[in-house]
Amino acid sequence: MNIDKELKRHFIGRLIDNNRRIDGRGFDDFRELNIETGLISDKAEGSSMVKLGNTEVLCGIKLVPGEPWSDRPNEGILMTGAELVPIASPNFETGRPGEEAIELARVVDRGIRESHMVDMEKLAIVEGEKVWMVFVDIHVINHDGNLLDASSIAAVSALKNTYVPKFEDNEVVRGEKDRDLPVVKLPISCTFAKINKGIMIDPILDEEFAMDARLTVTTSGKEIHAMQKGETGAFTPAEVSELVSKAFGKHKELVKKIK
Amino acid sequence: MGGKREEPLIVKGKRVDGRKVDEMRPIKIEAGVLNRADGSCYLEWGKNKIIAAVYGPRELHPKHLQDNTQAYLRCRYNMAPFSVSDRKRPGPDRRSTEISKVISEALQRVVFLNYFPNSVVDVFMEVLQADAGTRCASLTAASVALADAGVPMKDLVASCAAGKADGEIVLDMMQEEDNFGEGDLPMGYIPARDEIVLMQLDGEFTKEEFEKAQKTAIDGCKKVYELQMKALKDKFKKGGKE
Repeated sequence: MNIDKELKRHFIGRLIDNNRRIDGRGFDDFRELNIETGLISDKAEGSSMVKLGNTEVLCGIKLVPGEPWSDRPNEGILMTGAELVPIASPNFETGRPGEEAIELARVVDRGIRESHMVDMEKLAIVEGEKVWMVFVDIHVINHDGNLLDASSIAAVSALKNTYVPKFEDNEVVRGEKDRDLPVVKLPISCTFAKINKGIMIDPILDEEFAMDARLTVTTSGKEIHAMQKGETGAFTPAEVSELVSKAFGKHKELVKKIK
Repeated sequence: MGGKREEPLIVKGKRVDGRKVDEMRPIKIEAGVLNRADGSCYLEWGKNKIIAAVYGPRELHPKHLQDNTQAYLRCRYNMAPFSVSDRKRPGPDRRSTEISKVISEALQRVVFLNYFPNSVVDVFMEVLQADAGTRCASLTAASVALADAGVPMKDLVASCAAGKADGEIVLDMMQEEDNFGEGDLPMGYIPARDEIVLMQLDGEFTKEEFEKAQKTAIDGCKKVYELQMKALKDKFKKGGKE
């Protein structure tokens, strides 16, 4: 039995039934979002720190030359990883990424990859032989709910501020910029939590303990690129349609904050 | 997704394998195929071949995982090394870990786990041959295997995917369409309750395309549900093994 879940479900559920949230926000309001880029500028080719309320996520980008996939010889490679490091929550443990971290990384990856945010065809160094591998690594610093959106916004902001280093005589010249990473779109993810009959955006940790179901929708201006339903509850098709519309609306609002 | 292909995927309303856009691949479901398991199911879905087994409810080890309010539903989706064109390294990878998680969450909606505190219900899904849509096929098979094991359930979860190929919304994509299409929307659905319990999406869908894809996937799930019920009834008609 998860004690937090048992204790919080009742309290938060009752608030939601009375159309209220524990921190006083409206059901469609994100917490305050603060994005800082370039914190790890000496070693990482791109980085960003996102604060979404009390949730803090650091994302660093490394570019490493490597061999392309055989079926995409002229395209760069994108890899996303996430670590739920034990500084961020008493519930996180050391060791290999668990299923929560894997899901987090894969949902963030899907949004970036499927929206073709980064023009991978411009990341070939020697066609068919050497390409840039872009590693997106998410480090959770403080967990107060909605790691999915905080991580996704951190990854997108970091990529937007990433440079491609110089490559001379078959070697990377670290710290010297050749050009900006070719970013063509900005996907934004929106996560909704369902508690009893109420659905709210950007759940804080207490709401996550109480939630029955979760839905993440990643959109760019005109299209949906990734979705993921989580937890053991369910959504009706009508609810999903409504949440997709809301996610499109939120894209307009949040994309302005990405510098 | 997003690869390049010379020939179109849909010609005059016909797909690569001759199906119409809203037509599913042939599905064969058989319940109760394994001797040692408490419940099992063999499923063929186009070229997909999947076997699911259920063990339990049984005592959960390690003990610290035990929950004194409900049983633990442990799912493992696993691909055989020979199930895909390029050999797959055996063992769990990131993709199969994620699929196991979403399938487990989908099934928890229908299983009465609170009847069996401190125990575990194990659901093992082995993909013997894969041809796109294996997570839907696995969830469909797992659902039948749970019912075959006599685990108390509210309903079956039916699963099917819709996708986008050559700009058109299609039902149940096969490998070619999955590789070269523009999007995939796998869904797990409970028809009687009109509830979505599994939903993932990747690719490029406008709002309108998404609405159509969602409806298409639900229609597919409803057909799958009929086949699941038939498979369970057939087992008992034959007097199945105990």
